[in-house]
Order: sequence, then structure tokens, then C-alpha cells
Amino acid sequence: MTSAHENRADMRAQAVNARAAFWLERQERGQWSAQDQIEFDSWLDETFAHQTAYWRLAEAWSRADRLRVLGSTDDSIAESASRWPQGLRIAAVLGIAAVIGIGALRYFQVTRTETYATPIGAREFLTLADGSQIALNTNTSIRITADQRKVWLDRGEAYFQIKHDVRHPFVVAIGENRVTDLGTSFLIRRDPGRIEVALLQGAARFGSKDDAHEADSLLLKPGDEVTATAESMSVARKAVKDLADKLGWRHGVLVFKHSTLAAAAAEFNRYNREQLVVGDAQTANLTISGTFPANDLSPFTEVVQSVFRLRVAKVGNEVVLARH
Amino acid sequence: MADKTETDRGIRHEARVSAPGLRDWFVREVLPLEAALMQFLRRSSRSNAEADDLRQEVYVRVCEAARHEIPIPARPFVFAVARNLLIDRARREQIISIEAVADLGTLDIVADEPEPDRTVIARQELRRLQMALDHLPARCRQAVTLRKIEGLSYREIADRMGIAEDTVSKHLREGMSILTDALHGEPREERGRS
Repeated sequence: MTSAHENRADMRAQAVNARAAFWLERQERGQWSAQDQIEFDSWLDETFAHQTAYWRLAEAWSRADRLRVLGSTDDSIAESASRWPQGLRIAAVLGIAAVIGIGALRYFQVTRTETYATPIGAREFLTLADGSQIALNTNTSIRITADQRKVWLDRGEAYFQIKHDVRHPFVVAIGENRVTDLGTSFLIRRDPGRIEVALLQGAARFGSKDDAHEADSLLLKPGDEVTATAESMSVARKAVKDLADKLGWRHGVLVFKHSTLAAAAAEFNRYNREQLVVGDAQTANLTISGTFPANDLSPFTEVVQSVFRLRVAKVGNEVVLARH
Repeated sequence: MADKTETDRGIRHEARVSAPGLRDWFVREVLPLEAALMQFLRRSSRSNAEADDLRQEVYVRVCEAARHEIPIPARPFVFAVARNLLIDRARREQIISIEAVADLGTLDIVADEPEPDRTVIARQELRRLQMALDHLPARCRQAVTLRKIEGLSYREIADRMGIAEDTVSKHLREGMSILTDALHGEPREERGRS
């Protein structure tokens, strides 16, 4: 099938694309009969060349709807195009950009023992055979066993929404620590020398053995947040709503509530190669609340610049925030 | 064969992929690679039309494989298919240009490039869309703008532009094709506007 394509004029990409555009435009126009549908389906079924040509066209045409968000009118398109790369206009559409980003995420089935890792700034959504879901945040690496009931969080942060199975408990290993699901949504973050486990729904056990026993493990309830280091372990009870703010990254945003600039900068630096640096101690202790795109520093720096009247200086790979 | 381990590593076994599933996967995982793929294919092609033909062939092969099992991750698989297609072609034609050989060697670098983050992609896409719109022939741009941005009906567009509805159709077909190349591939100034 394949080599024959290349020599037939009607299978040249240009001809196929023209035909695909013919069909798509007929659909756009809306005068679409049952007979059209039959002819279209049979054309589509002939070859993947037809299908992929139609898919890429339909996808582009539907994405072109996003132009509407710019609110351009017939006459102002050229003007807004020249303005486009600078200024607040980009910030204004960033919310939309973040939504588009969600649409681009990957959902797929995990069916083999495998390592899944995300680079800095990326996120990944895994769906297990039983419908359980694991979302990987930036710079994260996990391994999943073939039976999909044990995960090692080797680095980074992951959010688990696990379908509980009494006979096959779901266990997450974080170094020497274990979280065993009892019907749960929980967030685990592993930094060097430090682990945080936040329970959002259901219940889970936190301990050191795969096979959790009540005696040597801690029962977590919604709102519980465990912080463990090599030397210590503590549990704080928080509002589930506040814990949920920690999940903004699943939608590409960071949610700050009275965070110091130092803490906010540290968060941004997990997601970007360009690093935020706070220039002095006084600036570091300023606090900020708000929701910002995780992968773009400029909306954040624009806000702190105007609100705190800070100086924002780009130095190589760093963006330095400091007092004037 | 070196390609085999590369592709096998990424493939997981799964029940036969449904048609909507295949389309979703293609749109979500393969189309975003088109700019990089076209960059690679164009270096090994004598014309844009030939690169387009190669792209079509890559997509056919990718979908034929993905129908049985979705290759994960998509990127190394798509580029392995492209490389094999070029090797097949070189064998068939009994010629292989120096550039093509050089490109086959550098393919892995292309395939391993970290993906830009999604927000950047979205912004680039909007910018690219608007640039593409700017580069449409004037009447075609006007028709697309009235349809996509103003949301007018064919009748209203025809009235506004003083043309027949069938001519609106013609402009929109042209607009669809040019926007598609601009959005998935890279802006191709040299390609002309016809």
C-alpha cells in the first residue's frame, strides 16, 4: 500500500489535502446530507493517508477558534499582530494558554513495569488498568510494577487517586517510607532528605513496611500532612482546601497564599530553567498571594515589580528580584 | 537492528486501538511533532511537495503500527519511522545524498530534544496562528476572519464581501490548508500562497 501511494497522482499529499479540505469545508458550511456522510466515511476509510490528512486539517481548523480570544476584528488583525509579542496582551491570554496546555497532556494506559519520568516544567498523567490515576509533577520519576499495585517515587512529586482494592493494597515507596492506600487521594513530594505526604480524600497508612499494620504505621485522614526527614516526623492537620492549593500544578498553575517571595521563588524554580533569585533578605520576606502560570515567570515578576516596586533584572539564566 | 530496540523500548501492548482512540492519540501526540518532523524531512527532500508526501507516508506507517499498539512515547517512534522511510527510499532509488546520510546521523539529536513547556507551545501557537492569518491572501484572510473571529454565517460573509457563497467556500478551503501547515508545521514563506 505504501509505495504505491507515492506514484499515484491522487495519492500525492497535495491532492489528498485538497480533498480533505473539500470535506471539512462542506461540514463547516453545514449543508451535509446523509449521502455526504456515506461518501465521506468511505473516503476516510480508504487509507490512513485520508484519515491523517483530515485529522490534521480538522484539528488546525478547530484550534483556529482560539483566534477569537484575541478579540480582533476584521480591520485590527494586522495591528494586533504587530503588538502581540509584547506587553500585557500576552499576560491576558495566559489563562487561556494554560487551558490549552491541559488539552495537550498525555493520558495513557500503563500495562508493563516501567519508569515514568518528567523533565523540568513538564507534567504527565498516567491511568492504570483499574482506573486509578497518577499525575506526575515537574522533574519527577516513578517506577510502577507490572501488577500496578506498587510504585516507587524516586524523585519529585506525584498525586495519586487510587481505586481501593482490599485484597491488593496499593503501596507507594519513598525511600524507606511507605504510603499504603485505604481508598485514597494523596499527594507525595520527595525532595532530597525530606518527604511530604498530604492526604486529600479517604484514608492511608504511613509507615515503613509494604504490608501495613496498625501498630507500626500512622493512619492518615483527610487534611493530614506528614513531613518526614531522616531525623524527624511530624503531622499537621490542615484544611483540605488548603492542601488542594498544592495541586495547582496539575492545571499548570502555582497557588500562593501568604507565601514569602523566597518560598514562591523556590516553587517557580522547580518548574523553569530560568531561575528566580531573591536579591536581599528584606525582599525575601515579602509575602504574596495569587495564582500564576507555573511555566512562565513574567506574570509573576510583573506583579511583584508593580506591587512591591522591586527591580527585576535578567542576568543570564537568572531573574533577580531586589529593592531599588 | 538498532531501530528495533529504540522503538520496542517505547511500545507497550494493549488491546486493538479504537478509531477515536487512534485519532485522539494522533492529534495529541503525533501532530505536535510535525514541525520537528518537517524540519527533518525537508532537509532530505528536493521540494516542499516531496516533504509533504513523505510526511503523509510517515503518518500512514505510524497509524498502521499504532492501530495495533500505541507507541509510547510517540516521539522516538515517529522519528524512527521517518528514518526508516528515508532509508527505504534511498535503497529503492539507489542513491543517497551526502546530506541525507548526515541527517540520519543527527536524527537522534533531533529526537532527544527536550520538549518546550506547554505554555510556551500554546503561546507560540497563537502567535503562529495570527502570523499565518496575516499571510493569507487578502480575500481569503477576510473570509477566515469573518468566519472564525466574527462568527458570521456563510450568507453574511458573502454579503459583507460582495461575493457568492461558493466563493466563500473556496476562500475557506484555502484558508484551512494554509492554517493547517502553519499551525502544525512551521511557517513556510517560500511555499507561496496559492
